[in-house]
Amino acid sequence: MTKFRVAETMKEIMAAYYLEAKNAAYNNTPVAWITSGGPVEFLYAMGVIPVYPENYAPMCSITRMSKDLMEVSEAAGYSQDICSYARTDIGADMTQGGPILGLPKPDMLIVGTNICHTVVKWFDVHARKYNVPLFIIDMPYLHDDMTKDAINYVVKQFEAFKGFLSGVLKKPFNEDKFMETLFLAAQVSDLWEKVLAMGKKKPSPINSFDTFIHLAPIVTLRGTQKAVDYYTRFYDELVELSNQGFGSVPDEKIRLLWDNLPIWYKIKYLSEFFAKHSAALVVSTYTNSWAAMQGDIDTDHALEELARAYLSPYINRGFKYRTDYLVKLVEEFSLDGLVFHSDRSCKPYSIGQYIVKEEVTKRTGRPGLIIEADMNDPRVFSDAQFETRAEAFLESFDR
Amino acid sequence: MKYFAGIDVGSLTAKAVVVDENNRILGYHVMPIGQDSFAAGMSAYQQVLNKAGLKREDVLSIVSTGYSRKRFTEATMQKTEISCHAKGVSVIFPGVTTLIDVGGQDSKAMKLGKNGKVLDFAMNDKCAAGTGRFVEVMAHALNLSLDGLSDAALSFKNELSLSSTCTVFGESEVVSLLSQGHTVADIAWAIIKSIADRIVALAKRVGIGQDVAMSGGMAKNRALVARLEDRIGFDILVPDEPQIIGALGAALIAKEEK
Repeated sequence: MTKFRVAETMKEIMAAYYLEAKNAAYNNTPVAWITSGGPVEFLYAMGVIPVYPENYAPMCSITRMSKDLMEVSEAAGYSQDICSYARTDIGADMTQGGPILGLPKPDMLIVGTNICHTVVKWFDVHARKYNVPLFIIDMPYLHDDMTKDAINYVVKQFEAFKGFLSGVLKKPFNEDKFMETLFLAAQVSDLWEKVLAMGKKKPSPINSFDTFIHLAPIVTLRGTQKAVDYYTRFYDELVELSNQGFGSVPDEKIRLLWDNLPIWYKIKYLSEFFAKHSAALVVSTYTNSWAAMQGDIDTDHALEELARAYLSPYINRGFKYRTDYLVKLVEEFSLDGLVFHSDRSCKPYSIGQYIVKEEVTKRTGRPGLIIEADMNDPRVFSDAQFETRAEAFLESFDR
Repeated sequence: MKYFAGIDVGSLTAKAVVVDENNRILGYHVMPIGQDSFAAGMSAYQQVLNKAGLKREDVLSIVSTGYSRKRFTEATMQKTEISCHAKGVSVIFPGVTTLIDVGGQDSKAMKLGKNGKVLDFAMNDKCAAGTGRFVEVMAHALNLSLDGLSDAALSFKNELSLSSTCTVFGESEVVSLLSQGHTVADIAWAIIKSIADRIVALAKRVGIGQDVAMSGGMAKNRALVARLEDRIGFDILVPDEPQIIGALGAALIAKEEK
């Protein structure tokens, strides 16, 4: 992984964000726990600090605390078959553990179902414990194309969400601030897309392990000026590096895609493994999911555009879309192959990977590798099993 | 004459092969690993040199493969067993398009192109069902040798099935079938069917061509090969010494890389 100049800035803004969240109660600022695919723009418009259990869980994993926290929730009866983010988060909540000693208490809970339906039950557990209101936005899975009905369905719920926020916070919904937030969110989404598109360069100045780490601000601070400033600087730095011919992997020979969530507790190991084999993961379906909003928002149809963006993530789309999308990425990023992380914890992401892989190989001639692992549970990962499969895959590009 | 060695240090056995520049096999050796995989690899290597009448300095380069390939520090280079099995079988059976390899802890299916190039492969996932170890455990539960299990299976009379695909639970299931009074032969056949089903499912993931070969220790199991042939509908080519294909491939890669 490259140590970019902006990395220091990211540390600072993320620390400031968590500090503000931890102190929210003293400052009388409301806190909402929200899912990774939840519409954060409404919260920023109303001065609510959004906090992400799905961001905290990988923080626990990178700092090697997830296993102990999962054991706590498992002992309380949560099955090992449940999502490891949920098990880590619930364990962290029960013990007030993890790197920042638990998340600040929520005043409300916001769920979007565009990533999975586990979040409904998971946040329900928190709603009962903290006795705070839970708002669920049902974002239907798109088996085929985007439909007008699906968009309208989500727009109706967005309207209800405004009423919910206004009721809980006892003040009218701030439409002006909302529009301002939307513009900032769209701007940062565009910038993120430009950052990710740097992976098309040969050699690529950035790889998926870098983008996994630099994803934090767009998830948590989407809709703020801070995030716009951050990604502007990050993009400039990448352009500068690329102009100097910098490649994130020395001697880049094999260009790959990463599918599914990162394996957080193994990021350093995996990054070194692929670099050692001159293989660069230049694009990932996961990080691309935060680049769905378009920069110029039509203010008359803002909620429709927002609904479209929140229905768009790769994980919310059917197999045909996924296949076509991967085929497109193979072309755009000049890929030699694809790496699929079959994530034991994330079933909606992992389902269909074998079929999609086969179909993409058939259409592009590019081979795929499936790695069995888990995003947050280190007990599922075996170095020797991974290395045999991955090295054999990489050897197949020789000669 | 120049000589090249391949050492396959697997999960249960170490295999060594020496070839000359005309791809001729001058000797091979197979031995159980025990606790020290490096020592086993070295010992297999020394044995094969003795058999071939060569000294270490006669060998130009060595490729190691198998799970402990990185521990075998004598090697000039390491390659995964997938690449090595593919290379090895392509010399013995040119034109093979599907290779099934069932070893101690792994079962793999490979789709092969020209000169043993691996086009695609699939492996068992985090579970010993469908591997040699599964059959070993089951044979033990029946108090049979591996060959004995194969022979018994071929003389089955009634079709039974093992519902479990887990090695640990499978063993208790075998014990329970015995206590119900089923014959050893019928149970042995059920075991063979169970592992064959897993392997066929794996092979289907990469697509099964008409020219199929099998390597790895389990290729010596005649009952398993017969069941697999029946399930996929094609004959399966089995080398005389299926266990050394990985080490042979490693030796051939050592030659090519020089």
